[in-house]
Amino acid sequence: MYPFSYTRVSDLRTAVQAGSDGGRYIAGGTTLVDLMRETVERPGKLVDISALPLREVTATKGGGLRIGALMRMAEVAAHPTVRALYAVISQALELSASAQLRNMATIGGNIMQRTRCTYFRDVTASCNRREPGTGCAAREGFNRTHAILGTSEQCVATHPSDVAVAFAALEATVHLLGPAGERTVAFSDFLLRPDNTPQREQSIRQGELITAVEVPAQPRPLRSGYVKVRDRQSYEFALTSAAVALHVRGGVIQVAKVAAGGVGTVPWKLSAVEQRLIGQRPSEALWTQAAEVAADGAQPLAHNNFKVELLKRTVERQLRVVGGTR
Amino acid sequence: MSPQPQKAVGSPLSRVDGRLKVTGKAAYAVDHDIPGAVHAVVVDSSIALGRITGIDTSAAEACPGVLKVITHRNAPRLVYRDNPVSNNPRGRRLRVFQDDQVLFFGQPVAAVVATTLEAAQHAASLVEVSYEARQPTTDLAGRPGNPLLNYARGDAEAALASAEVRLDREFHLARNHHNPIEPHATIARWDGDKLTLWDKTQYVIGTQNEAAAVFGIPVENVRVISPFVGGAFGTGLRTWPHVAIAALAAREVGRPVKLALSRRQMYFTVGYRPRYEYKLRLGADRQGRVTAMAHEPTYETSNHETFWEATLFLGQMLYNVPNVSQTLRTVSLDVNTPLWMRGPGFSSTSFCIEVAMDELAHELGIDPVELRLRNEPTRDLSTGQPFSTRRLRECFRVGAREFGWDRRNPKPRSTRDGDWLIGTGVATGCYDTNRARAEAHARLDANGTAVVQSAASDAGPGTYTSMTQVAADALGLAVREVEFRLGDTLMPPAPPQGASQLMASVGSAVQDTCDKLRQQAISLAVGDRRSPLHGVNPDDVVVIGGRLQVKDQPARGETYRQLLARNNLTHLEANGLYNPEAESPYSMYAYSAVFAEVGVDVNLGLVRVRRMLSVYDAGRIISPKLADSQAVGGMVGGIGMALLEHTVTDHRDGRIVNANLADYLVPVNADIRDLRAIYLDGDDRKADPIGVKGLGELVKVGVAPAIANAVFHATGRRVHELPITAEALL
Ligand SMILES: Cc1cc2nc3c(=O)[nH]c(=O)nc-3n(C[C@H](O)[C@H](O)[C@H](O)COP(=O)(O)OP(=O)(O)OC[C@H]3O[C@@H](n4cnc5c(N)ncnc54)[C@H](O)[C@@H]3O)c2cc1C
Ligand code: SF4
Repeated sequence: MYPFSYTRVSDLRTAVQAGSDGGRYIAGGTTLVDLMRETVERPGKLVDISALPLREVTATKGGGLRIGALMRMAEVAAHPTVRALYAVISQALELSASAQLRNMATIGGNIMQRTRCTYFRDVTASCNRREPGTGCAAREGFNRTHAILGTSEQCVATHPSDVAVAFAALEATVHLLGPAGERTVAFSDFLLRPDNTPQREQSIRQGELITAVEVPAQPRPLRSGYVKVRDRQSYEFALTSAAVALHVRGGVIQVAKVAAGGVGTVPWKLSAVEQRLIGQRPSEALWTQAAEVAADGAQPLAHNNFKVELLKRTVERQLRVVGGTR
Repeated sequence: MSPQPQKAVGSPLSRVDGRLKVTGKAAYAVDHDIPGAVHAVVVDSSIALGRITGIDTSAAEACPGVLKVITHRNAPRLVYRDNPVSNNPRGRRLRVFQDDQVLFFGQPVAAVVATTLEAAQHAASLVEVSYEARQPTTDLAGRPGNPLLNYARGDAEAALASAEVRLDREFHLARNHHNPIEPHATIARWDGDKLTLWDKTQYVIGTQNEAAAVFGIPVENVRVISPFVGGAFGTGLRTWPHVAIAALAAREVGRPVKLALSRRQMYFTVGYRPRYEYKLRLGADRQGRVTAMAHEPTYETSNHETFWEATLFLGQMLYNVPNVSQTLRTVSLDVNTPLWMRGPGFSSTSFCIEVAMDELAHELGIDPVELRLRNEPTRDLSTGQPFSTRRLRECFRVGAREFGWDRRNPKPRSTRDGDWLIGTGVATGCYDTNRARAEAHARLDANGTAVVQSAASDAGPGTYTSMTQVAADALGLAVREVEFRLGDTLMPPAPPQGASQLMASVGSAVQDTCDKLRQQAISLAVGDRRSPLHGVNPDDVVVIGGRLQVKDQPARGETYRQLLARNNLTHLEANGLYNPEAESPYSMYAYSAVFAEVGVDVNLGLVRVRRMLSVYDAGRIISPKLADSQAVGGMVGGIGMALLEHTVTDHRDGRIVNANLADYLVPVNADIRDLRAIYLDGDDRKADPIGVKGLGELVKVGVAPAIANAVFHATGRRVHELPITAEALL
């Protein structure tokens, strides 16, 4: 670990000031510290934001939810309003990491977490994301867990977060506070595909702080849920996952929100699947038919070809779990 | 000598060191507080083959707190005497910092010594090493290999040619790493030319001899201390390069040095279960009698050493097969050398044989349990010897009953529970009973308590507890009145804690020692005119609760304390020994029948083990609660081997890709549901004086094939590759 300085801030203004001065925010520290130990991250100045007043879930005017960036994963998962209104968020969080980690880790840190690509985390390997221009060891290397969607010549790593998949499905927005004031970014624009600049992972500027994630209102009743497919029963990142939310009225699907995880360089919004669902009556056949397009555009690598089929089946499974059949 | 009642042995005691462990007071290697100790951190090679062309240590040396950076350029020449004692395989072992050659990825190329761990770690990351890299060869696949061992009986080829049913299969088994919780660690301190090592090891004498060999000093000059080991599964059976590095660093800086490997480094220099390719051909008649088996296992080893493990025994003795041929090959690669991992050899071979037997059963429409019973031998066909004990039939009978095997619909893909296809499978487990020379010392103090010791190791099975149990009964004391000590080369010698030989060997030595001590006390009493036991035939005296008494006349007797006090003795002591005959007239193995039920998600290909039952024929069970820990641990390990564990090498540059516990998957609690162990009552006195056959290795053997066979039964898909992952079942 490289030497660093450490300061703790307790108000937003000081935080942003420290961040603008080249400080690096640390919240739960569950992933940043790991990466510092591996010397993947070498921040010179840590700014501990865990005492900032960003730790509540509030209802928004329109009927949505605003989740403070410093809410712990466990707190959000257990929050009665979240559970009642957005089961998919609770479930995605509960299927993440471990109980110990969820008690420490924050929502802001979660969506900011970096890829689990093992070459990225091994500083002796070549990796464009860690060191632009050095090449991508994963592309021709061991890439069983890597992305099949949204990849580029430069990088094929997945975004590992689970709850980000739920946020992508629900079309959340990210609230930011920076030296120039507040702004919001649509979730789909917040996490960046690698393209030619894999080192740029989020549309966040120096010194900007995530203050909250806002989930927009949805028509009610909304049935939602998250499925995570992995080799072992717990404590593993997704091979594939799917977040699904459906609003059915008059026997017809009026609203469908679907995204997939474990397969994309960013949480993968499945608009084509949504399109096949909207206006249709729930049925086994519909789930299958909609899921067929889930992997459209996939570009599998040597070891992750299985994810193409697995993705479709994962989406189909979760459509059935959430939507049931009639 | 009158037999002592067995009160402690066979009772389900909790670990005598349990409190120390759960309160954090048990000192593992790196926990020992050695005044003045500084820290060493190893720098690993980032290439797998080639030469070091330059090392820039200036940035590292400039770090505050750094005492020295050791590389091949400034390290003193080390002696590296030949050493047949420490489980070094044939070949030339890695010599730390003696030249510029890199033999495998992650090989130590430098060590940084600093006053704090943080300084040493940071400085280590600043050491710049340049290499001339050559293309390494690290992939076993398709390589012909060098013949290592052959075996033949009968004419396997002819028997295969004329067999009514034939199978021809190729199995692929992934490399596995031991991954104990405690990483390897060593503290080294020199006092003049005497070296003390606090080490994580399963064999203190092995570490002692290797350290002496490396530094060219007399063995007596090295003392190794290892009271607690946080799991090992075999990785502690050799003395790996970091031990020499710690001692070298301590000598160079003139202070004690602590060195712990990181989790990542646990994948580089400390051994693993080798990857296998295993061709197996099997011939049988329509009644399911196997007439021939031809085995061609190939496993990986390093270019500098030829690893050996017991790959061939099972194929020779497990079933009543008249015609057997075996060719074992190794492929030498630019990798570190493997090392025995739980159930070494047997676990790998049993996967292949037991899956093939299941295929045969399916093909012939014979129940898999019945098929195995039809191939039960009456003696060991490889030696012609009778079995000391072999109760495999009973294992299957009890297991089938308790597991509910009769309710099984033999048709694959016939049972469903929601999205899950349910299947059950069975396999035989077997491991050889090893014994070795062991010594012990016991001392009975005037206050009536005893201390017994032997230079054994306790890497988790509970040696402290089981030895205490044996000693307590032999001395006629309560368990709390006996303390067993281990893990120090100053103690009487013991064999390695591997190959399931420790209970049989050290247990028998403890038994002998404590018998002698008890006899001594009895002799003293019956010869003492002031003793109520004066003149009694010593053979009629037993000791119960610390009181010597006439067996049939319990009122007549006295306590150890009274006896010693009256004779003005501070203590009595005895040395004892177990020295097994070189050649036993018996074929000695422990056996098990392993039953597994799995669910396989019908669409997603996920496999989850729903329940498992193993029935063991392992001789006498000294400590049932510890035995259960072993059994459950073995089944958990087997679930890992079957479904998860896979060390991935990037063959382009020999890099271990998943050198961490997030990417090298082992089972977690949520994967472990209903695991149950049953032990057949009884003992095997032909094996050793205390009647045990060994359990720690056996428990892993047969688990992976039972699961694989259950997966077939659930899905109709036969997988010949480990681990079995979703992609094989989609
Ligand atoms: C073993 C393990 C398993 C895991 N498994 C899963 C899993 O299955 N699913 C899953 O989704 N995640 C998983 N995680 C990731 C885990 O969820 C993240 O580590 C956690 O959410 C990060 O939150 P944190 O508060 O600890 O972030 P930190 O480690 O403190 O910070 C992470 C990053 O976010 C930045 N940051 C933090 N807060 C803010 C903010 N408010 N504004 C701007 N930048 C900020 C930091 O600068 C840093 O770059 C796992 C992690 C581990 C270690
Ligand atoms: S996939 Fe991306 S993160 Fe992984 S090695 Fe390639 S560039 Fe680096």
